[in-house]
Amino acid sequence: MNAPAIRPDFQEILRQVKPGSRVLDVGCGEGALLELLARENGVDGRGIEISPQGVSACLARGLAVMQGDADRDLDYFAARAFDYVILSQTLQAVQNPRHVLGELLRIGERAVVSLPNFGHWRVRLDLLVHGRMPVTGVLPDPWWATPNIHLCTVRDFAALCDDLDLNIDACAALADGRPARLINPARAIENWRAEAALFLLSRR
Amino acid sequence: MTDGDAPTAATDEGGGVFAFGADAPLRLESGGRIDGLEIAYKTYGRLNADRSNAILVCHALTGDQYVASNHPVTGRRGWGSYLVGRGRPIDPGKHFVICSNVVGGCMGSTGPSSINPATGAPWGLAFPVITLADMVRAQAMLVSALGIERLFAVIGGSMGGMQVLQWAADYPERLFAAVCIAAAPRHSAQNIAFHEVGRQAIMADPDWSGGAYGAGAARPEKGLAVARMAAHITYLSEAALQRKFGRELQRDGLSWGFDADFQVESYLRHQGASFVDRFDANSYLYITRALDYFDLAAAHGGTLADAFRAARDVRFCVFSFTSDWLYPTVESRAIVRALNAVGARASFVEIDSDKGHDAFLLDEPVFHDALDGFLRAAAAAQAPS
Repeated sequence: MNAPAIRPDFQEILRQVKPGSRVLDVGCGEGALLELLARENGVDGRGIEISPQGVSACLARGLAVMQGDADRDLDYFAARAFDYVILSQTLQAVQNPRHVLGELLRIGERAVVSLPNFGHWRVRLDLLVHGRMPVTGVLPDPWWATPNIHLCTVRDFAALCDDLDLNIDACAALADGRPARLINPARAIENWRAEAALFLLSRR
Repeated sequence: MTDGDAPTAATDEGGGVFAFGADAPLRLESGGRIDGLEIAYKTYGRLNADRSNAILVCHALTGDQYVASNHPVTGRRGWGSYLVGRGRPIDPGKHFVICSNVVGGCMGSTGPSSINPATGAPWGLAFPVITLADMVRAQAMLVSALGIERLFAVIGGSMGGMQVLQWAADYPERLFAAVCIAAAPRHSAQNIAFHEVGRQAIMADPDWSGGAYGAGAARPEKGLAVARMAAHITYLSEAALQRKFGRELQRDGLSWGFDADFQVESYLRHQGASFVDRFDANSYLYITRALDYFDLAAAHGGTLADAFRAARDVRFCVFSFTSDWLYPTVESRAIVRALNAVGARASFVEIDSDKGHDAFLLDEPVFHDALDGFLRAAAAAQAPS
């Protein structure tokens, strides 16, 4: 039997999250990542999901999931309730990313955050050549329909982490369909090359 | 969910009245006790060999043990027919379902209309004040008497949901899963206020006679009907009332008097009038009082999370409905927050519905699918293959 291919970003998260740890997946959708983490790493997982359909699908998978959203409902949890809090491709869509990022590292010892990189060369080129908001693989919607209201580059995000006294313990560049590649987020070239990036963060 | 054609009547139904001996009094939170406790109950389905498939369903304020059978007085189908039955989330084909009438009730369990052995007359107001913890303790006694040490799940909506929370606080080791629907961790000022209106309506009825009606005398039916009418409004939403009735009239034109001109008036009068056939006014006083006294946090030093400290291993699922203003979503969130604070396995779903509090009893497929998924996954986790 062929196991379905594991998404590269999930693969990378699986690699970063220590077995047996307590994990909160914020924006867990139908629970595919939580299920994977429970099966492969034996984590004790919880999820937050905004859509009732997503929550319902999670319940049927036996996952413990709360309906809610990242902007409002992270205060459900006590400080350091989790070893890891995961926020996958969502930070750019929340109302107050700075607050949410702070919350992730209040309730978690570590946070795993992935983002589309607005500094990617194709985005820059699109803007430079066409003078219009870029539409790419990781940013597929036109400006008026995108949920991504707070886009940033790898360097922007690193600066915010610095501002919030957070360490970037690891960073991986993500590209559609290809394995994640560990990068140094401080290097300017990576800010050109990474289509999206995944960060492992901890408090300083 | 497969909504089977199989009639629920084909399920194995059982039950009766369990009479506890003098050696097993019900000790009450007030300090009093009830000797010779009787608990009326229904069962559906069969208990499996390892006694691991029992679900206790807790009823709401005016509910009873007839969760999935026709009501003996009204002949109407069970109040929980959407939840319990073949092909329903709580399925007698795989679960052993128990539903008992609360202590203080009027459908066969010991309550204020029972005969006080000391006087040979109904207890009336001499009946001790009971609490939700007392109701749950009586249920636990029944569950033990039925030979069940640990329930697969305890499930309830409204007051039933509060009993679920009380179960989690008092008997966490006897639960595998807990489902709390459209409930709250305590009665709010508004909740108490509406109940007080109901109680005052009953006590203002001359036929109430200080609670000493009964045995051939007139019953305070007018007062109880008004109590029901006021409460019934709190079970609906403005949108539901508007959709159902709007300003529609009963007849062409206004009566220029105080007949039930509007359909909503007629509906409420009917709700009140039919309620008195199946419910006892003193039971209404006692059970509303029990609800008003309910404050799970206060009973645990003011911190709700402390009520759930021993329930960390219970799988919880909490449901609320968007248009429920009796026990609104914010109350369910408080429950979920407290469960999370102790690291319990809590799930929470807010179901989009404009039917108000009553949605938990109505046809809500998204709710039923979610509950079904939760119970299936819990059953699989309880008995890993």
